[in-house]
Amino acid sequence: MIADFGYGVLVVSFLVSFYSVFAAAYGEYKKLPSLVESARRAMLLTWPLLTLTAGVLVYLLVNDHYEVQFVYEVTSRSMPTYLKVTAWWGGQAGSLLFWSWLMSAFTSLVTFRKWDRDREFLPWVIVVSGVTMAFFIGMNVFYENPFAQLYQGFDGITPHTFQPADSILFTPDDGRGLNPLLRHPGMVIHPPMLYLGFVSFVIPYAFAMAALITGRTDDRWIRLTRRWTLWAWLFLSFGLVLGGRWAYDVLGWGGYWGWDPVEIAAFMPWLTGTAFLHSVMIQEKRGMFKHWNMLLIILTYALVIFGTFLTRSGVLSSVHAFAESAIGPLFFVFIGITLITSVALLIHRWESLRGDTEIKSMFSREALFLLNNLLFMSILIVCFWGVIRPLLTELSADTICKWYPAVQNYMTCQKITVGPPYYELANSPLFAILMLLMAAAPLSSWGLTSIGSFGKVNKVALAIILAIPIIPTAIWWDQLRFEFGSWATTIIVLMIVEIILTFIYLFRGAMWQAVIGASLVTGLAFATYTHNIIALIGFFLVALVLLVTFREFYRAARARAQAQAENFLVAFWRLVGRNRRRYGGYIIHISMMLMAIGILGIEIFQTETQGRVAAGDKLNLANYTIEYREIASWNDDPKGVNYTRAVVDVYENGIYLGELRPRKDFYFESQQSMTIPGQRATLRDDLYILLVDWEPASMEGATFKIYVNPLVNWLWLGSLLFLAGVIVAAWPEKDLERVTVRTGRRIHQTSAADD
Amino acid sequence: MSKRILRNTQYAILIALMATLFGALTAFAQDSTPTDDEVNKIAKQLFCPVCESTPLDVCPTQACHDWRELIREMLADGKSEAEIKQYFVEHFGARVLNEPPNKFASYAVPAAAFLLGAFMLFRGFQMWMKPSQTGPVVPESEAKPIPQDEYIARLEEEVKKQK
Repeated sequence: MIADFGYGVLVVSFLVSFYSVFAAAYGEYKKLPSLVESARRAMLLTWPLLTLTAGVLVYLLVNDHYEVQFVYEVTSRSMPTYLKVTAWWGGQAGSLLFWSWLMSAFTSLVTFRKWDRDREFLPWVIVVSGVTMAFFIGMNVFYENPFAQLYQGFDGITPHTFQPADSILFTPDDGRGLNPLLRHPGMVIHPPMLYLGFVSFVIPYAFAMAALITGRTDDRWIRLTRRWTLWAWLFLSFGLVLGGRWAYDVLGWGGYWGWDPVEIAAFMPWLTGTAFLHSVMIQEKRGMFKHWNMLLIILTYALVIFGTFLTRSGVLSSVHAFAESAIGPLFFVFIGITLITSVALLIHRWESLRGDTEIKSMFSREALFLLNNLLFMSILIVCFWGVIRPLLTELSADTICKWYPAVQNYMTCQKITVGPPYYELANSPLFAILMLLMAAAPLSSWGLTSIGSFGKVNKVALAIILAIPIIPTAIWWDQLRFEFGSWATTIIVLMIVEIILTFIYLFRGAMWQAVIGASLVTGLAFATYTHNIIALIGFFLVALVLLVTFREFYRAARARAQAQAENFLVAFWRLVGRNRRRYGGYIIHISMMLMAIGILGIEIFQTETQGRVAAGDKLNLANYTIEYREIASWNDDPKGVNYTRAVVDVYENGIYLGELRPRKDFYFESQQSMTIPGQRATLRDDLYILLVDWEPASMEGATFKIYVNPLVNWLWLGSLLFLAGVIVAAWPEKDLERVTVRTGRRIHQTSAADD
Repeated sequence: MSKRILRNTQYAILIALMATLFGALTAFAQDSTPTDDEVNKIAKQLFCPVCESTPLDVCPTQACHDWRELIREMLADGKSEAEIKQYFVEHFGARVLNEPPNKFASYAVPAAAFLLGAFMLFRGFQMWMKPSQTGPVVPESEAKPIPQDEYIARLEEEVKKQK
């Protein structure tokens, strides 16, 4: 009964959102303000309606209504109440509803506030976000009903929305319970964060489409959605980091990122979103790249839906599963229609989007931002190709390869896996160049030498140096070795030296000090830490970016302190406060470098060993020795879990450091186990010990897998600083209203805060 | 006395011989049963044929446990890393490899896209920079600095004054 009520409200929500789309479009087209107002009210109604629907679902989850299929699949009596609530997004139907609920909340927020101010855009914002929302609610209504109930008929127990004839409601005694891997706190917060990021990116997209539809193609839509974009980016970024932390703590493979297609599905909109965040600044300030920004937000939206499609349609496990699933083809069609429509609108408005300024120098800030965009797009293509290639080869195996067997000589005709080696090799040079750009970015704002004065000979030399690696790489690409002294590393080092020299030339004093500093840091790392050339290049770039950015903070704060006769710290505080976006951005750059230290550490220096030892025996790895002391195993019946916990003593160079307790939890309901590592975290490294769960464990013998993950904690530290940086950048400013209500073809910034 | 020395020397040689033999046997025994680390080194490069996106060295299923033992046996039989990987490819298809066999197809597409993007950007720069080159000559002092906001300009002035 309650489930039927929930479904009824869901259907009403669908109809209301559908109506609001129609009324807004028709009302605006025919200039009928009353109809537009009706559309707005309908849109505002969707949030309470969906909240009621979600409330019913949560009620069913918390109160063990196992006659509802979704409740049966994701909860069990032994689960604590908070996990029963979060099980809402623990399954397909619930997570689609969660998506719609967030979408309705955001759209309501946009249309509820400042309706009069943004009157020209908002009806179309309702149309665009309403279409997206109606699509997701429709999926719940027609294909993935979270309120479907189990009925016992002649053909067994099956879920149905409406009770079939000759059947009775079937209520299982207990549910199957949430997948134990999803019970970790990181996993409780990670999906909502990602979804928040996904959904809030729909808002800037909706405004962009509204701008294209109305022909108001100046940068007003960007100013209106600036903060939405930043918050969307924050949520998406933090969702990714939390997912990484969850993988590190729960999945038991000693890492945080496995280049899994599901991870990449969330990473791709982040890439275009990051590119967008950078390039809109140029549109705001210089009125350029309008086409490109439109294209970026369209791509981001398409990738948000594509990411949801990848994870929800089953296409990743097999293209056949996708074809058989109800929602897969629908997603595919939806992405196709929205993408084609958006691009068609963009082409329609192409002329009115022409930029009104030209670039002064190839090393100007605008040019650097464009280079940054090129790199983000290249990383996107690496990722996109890696994700779709297995799907394409699987598809071609059943089509072209069967029709024309001769093509088997030229192409892969079976499903393949694209794993970490591809992504790491293809992306690492791109990330390295991005870091170089980060080092140049702060300097580009302080006036610079034009490439014109760079001299023809120097330009040719630079072009040759940059082109050199292409030839040997093309010929001996399968023999690339990055050891110290190999030809590949020699070329890389030479290239970096050349680029740095160019930078020094272009940015003069600002750069050479940082280059000397970074070289000293690299020399120190060489003498005391590593001879690995890739790591040294990485450390050099990290040091360069950090020094340039710190110098920028110091220089500006000192200038302010003297100009305003302020204490240095006060000047620093006010400097950041008055230029939140710029200095928030720099804080984010610093945080990215801290993360880069962690990534370099775990990627390059991770060591591992595995071995079976009896109680009292030892295992060695790096400077660490672990001694297996004891083991205990007990059942927690109310929770339905068996815990097996080992205690090991940890020594470093013979000095006792303490004990660690790796354990494995076995969940009876789902017959799944989870390995919880024993971790000892320091800024230098993480000692990460797993009790290997597929081997029997007793005092006679237990198998341990030990990882030493150097520097990995800088990654988590960096992510905290990142959070602070985005909050600084996105914090509302007092004069926002004044800036945004101004109209005109293009507004030239008068405040550095908008830089 | 000399007999005792001789006997002791003989004992010492015997013990040394036995120790050497024992050491060799232990070493031989170690060779015959590859360690977990040696198995994992290869298993890391393979994906579980049955679980989705799970490397073989960390997959907890019984099937994967058995496959790891198979790798151990093959290593003990003296099979090389390439032979073991080939065995898995023959039995389960190329999808077990963590990197597709056709490396050219892997890297050619993103490399081509990057070069195309770089070329388009370069042409774009040429196009966008043209007006300033062909347009009226602008005095040096106006042409050089990129338009900055007032705040930065003020800040820059202050820095200059300090110098």
